[in-house]
Amino acid sequence: MLTWLTPDLQHILFTVFQGVVILVVTVLFAAYLSLIERKLLAWWQDRHGPNRVGPFGMFQIVADMLKMFFKEDWTPPFADSFVFRLAPFIAMSTILLSMAIIPITATWGVIDLNVGLLFFFGMAGLAVYSVMFAAWSSNNKYALLGGLRAAAQTLSYEVFMGIALMGVVMQAGSFNLREIVEAQSGLWNIVPQFFGFCTFLIAGIAVTHRHPFDQPEAEQELADGYHIEYSGMKWGMFFVAEYIGIVVVSALLVTLFFGGWKPLPYLDFIPGIFWFLGKTAFFVMLFVLVRGSLMRPRYDHVMKFSWLVCLPLTLINLLVTAAVLLLAGA
Amino acid sequence: MQTTVGNATQEADLPEVIKDLFAKFGEQSFVVQQTKDQVPTLWVERAQLIDVLEFLRGMPRPYSMLYDLSAMDERLRTHRWGLPAADFTVFYHLLSIERNADVRLKVALSQDSLSVPTAVNLFPNANWYEREVWDLFGIAFDGHPLLVRIMLPRTWTGHPLRKDYPARATEFDPFMLDAAKQDAEQEALRFRPEEWGMQPGTADEDFMFLNLGPNHPSAHGAFRIVLQLDGEQILDCVPDIGYHHRGAEKMGERQSWHSYIPYTDRIDYLGGVMNNLPYVLAVEKLAGIQVPARVQTIRVMMAEFFRITSHLLFLGTYIQDVGGMTPIFFMFTDRMKAYDVIEAITGGRMHPAWFRIGGVAHDLPNGWDKRVREFVEWMPKRLDEYVKAAIKNSILKSRTIGVAQYNARDAIEWGVTGPGLRATGIDFDLRKARPYSGYENFDFDIPVSQNGDAYDRCLLRIEEMRQSLRIIKQCLDHMPAGPYKADHPLTVPPPKEKTLQHIETLITHFLSVSWGPVMPAGEASQMIEATKGINSYYLVSDNATMSYRTRIRTPSFAHLQQIPSVIRGSMIPDLIAYLASIDFVMADVDR
Repeated sequence: MLTWLTPDLQHILFTVFQGVVILVVTVLFAAYLSLIERKLLAWWQDRHGPNRVGPFGMFQIVADMLKMFFKEDWTPPFADSFVFRLAPFIAMSTILLSMAIIPITATWGVIDLNVGLLFFFGMAGLAVYSVMFAAWSSNNKYALLGGLRAAAQTLSYEVFMGIALMGVVMQAGSFNLREIVEAQSGLWNIVPQFFGFCTFLIAGIAVTHRHPFDQPEAEQELADGYHIEYSGMKWGMFFVAEYIGIVVVSALLVTLFFGGWKPLPYLDFIPGIFWFLGKTAFFVMLFVLVRGSLMRPRYDHVMKFSWLVCLPLTLINLLVTAAVLLLAGA
Repeated sequence: MQTTVGNATQEADLPEVIKDLFAKFGEQSFVVQQTKDQVPTLWVERAQLIDVLEFLRGMPRPYSMLYDLSAMDERLRTHRWGLPAADFTVFYHLLSIERNADVRLKVALSQDSLSVPTAVNLFPNANWYEREVWDLFGIAFDGHPLLVRIMLPRTWTGHPLRKDYPARATEFDPFMLDAAKQDAEQEALRFRPEEWGMQPGTADEDFMFLNLGPNHPSAHGAFRIVLQLDGEQILDCVPDIGYHHRGAEKMGERQSWHSYIPYTDRIDYLGGVMNNLPYVLAVEKLAGIQVPARVQTIRVMMAEFFRITSHLLFLGTYIQDVGGMTPIFFMFTDRMKAYDVIEAITGGRMHPAWFRIGGVAHDLPNGWDKRVREFVEWMPKRLDEYVKAAIKNSILKSRTIGVAQYNARDAIEWGVTGPGLRATGIDFDLRKARPYSGYENFDFDIPVSQNGDAYDRCLLRIEEMRQSLRIIKQCLDHMPAGPYKADHPLTVPPPKEKTLQHIETLITHFLSVSWGPVMPAGEASQMIEATKGINSYYLVSDNATMSYRTRIRTPSFAHLQQIPSVIRGSMIPDLIAYLASIDFVMADVDR
């Protein structure tokens, strides 16, 4: 009986199962994040937030989704319709794929790529195409300006985002995220790689186009910029992609700098999954708090900050890390 | 009484500016008109107008601000007392900050020659005023760079402020909008760069023309501004107004003096009773009413309340426009608290229409002082918090310091008033310079700063709120006792106590509440320091129950006209910060 269930097949099935669970949980959490964000902002802003649908407004997201599903799926006649439809798919899929490389606990995780971190950079690089495609195909001037900003911003921030993490990679001696977590068993990377953390956090916010780096959409200036012509589910995919982006970047921050599923000392009776989720939730909330409290700098100041502050900082961090490792090795 | 002063009367009493003009151009060139607002008013020949304007602008301590320019249809006016014959009059109201004085010039025009030389070369802000006069009266300005309609669509026929143009919708054919008409209207709104002297591009590149508005989150209302862009840099722009035009001035000509008060509330719709103030003060000048001290103090207190609510909304939207989403919610909490007090006193919130000719609608209710005191004690701590949390934020500073900067000379040239003027170092606040409604009795400061940028304009308004709280506190501590309306037959509604004993009073009362009061013929204007700058009403009565001409001069109109000269060469985000720092409402621009 069940002889066909060879260990190999078991392994495949378990991996598929893990993948599906992580996918579903990520997407659901990201969708729910819109409600969490609204609630958190409301509390910080001295108001109630959604509280009509279900207890504490918990089902607001269901109502929103129903509304979005039933909206007319409209493509403007002046748009390039193939590219216009492609853009939200790119936004959603690239960012979801990045989630695959993140080790959730010691045993959970979709895939252990030996180039895990590079895979994330690749996906983040591809994600900008969604914004540029959306902006270009919309055939709208506001969208175009948003697309230009997105291209310039991504170019500026991806340069030092990569360098910011090289210190972490050097310390672990691997691009594999699971090995990076294991390398933090003694001391979390936040201590030796503090500057790497600061710069990666900034770059992470920029990559997800979150306030104050929401230059491509900048409601007050470009009236939602690149997705100005989108509505219904296509707009919804951009929207959910943004929240998935928050989850992914938060999870990455935890994995790279805060020891992933590793517990704090003396608290190792709490299972790793809770550590991972708790730490990730902390950064998700940080994203919301940043949005609620900061103003938006001018777009050229953002570029200047990237090239004149962040890039030199990451380079110095890289050199110092390399020197320290070299000396320690010698 | 209004009289024409001949050439050689009362030399000694004449204002200095008239003597100077007589010395330069000769007495025979002018007709001096007495008005009830004591503004020196002279009628000038059309041929001499530009010379006179140039002289006034160039004299020592010059009249360098064109404060207002509009026109009047004189054809149905009966009480003219020998003023020069005219079918239409164009008037120019000049202001000198150095002298703290005004002068008003009028040009008589006959129906078959409706044109005046343009003043654009002397006063750049004459541009929009002349377009408005062309639009609403059909008077042409020779040499104007682009004399097209400004308030009404270009497809409009007729000139609404003419007396033969109907005021009621029932006098028109029913309005129909079919597809063809809609297309024609939309085509008329198309922006043509060549018309405004703009290049569509250079040999190497095309410029982008971006329509910002009339529906845009940061345009603060139905305001359209067309940008000529090179990347994100604004090479030039053309503000387009009129989407909020309701013909408030025309309505003034068919509402009784009393029933026009609610319309004034909606001119600067954030100003509430502050809007009533210049109107009722001007009407009181016409009627010759002196209001009791209690009325003055109540009016000042309520006006300052609205200055605070308006400035709070400014502050919230200003921070929001530079990307800070949170503070505005806190400011709305404060505004609610202020409106609760306003509601307890007036019964209304945003538009109480509460001032009356010769008084206010009711006396203060019992316990008003407790609620006012609560607000006055609540507010300062909050303002400190806003400064700490938002105004000192380095991102906000980087967005606004040095942005949209202009100097005192530019400000005066464009007719800028209010905090926008005081941010350039000019200490000119009418509450101090020309106290009205008893402001001379209060102890408060006028904040002034030097940089003239978007940041300073914000700081000034925060300080003004603190000063307003000081004024309200003084009202609270020293509210005079006495009646809440003047004992005068033209007060609306007039005192009723004696009506059952005194037949004359009964008749006056009956007429006053059935027809409305009849204001003695004459002209009067009143300027006040409103929430956004200087707001004034210039009223002409032809001894009737309704105004013959109601001219509303609003600060926002002037401020929007200035935009292109300030923002050329800046980027789109700077424009947004600049628009926020102007603090305009479109109802105040378009009227």
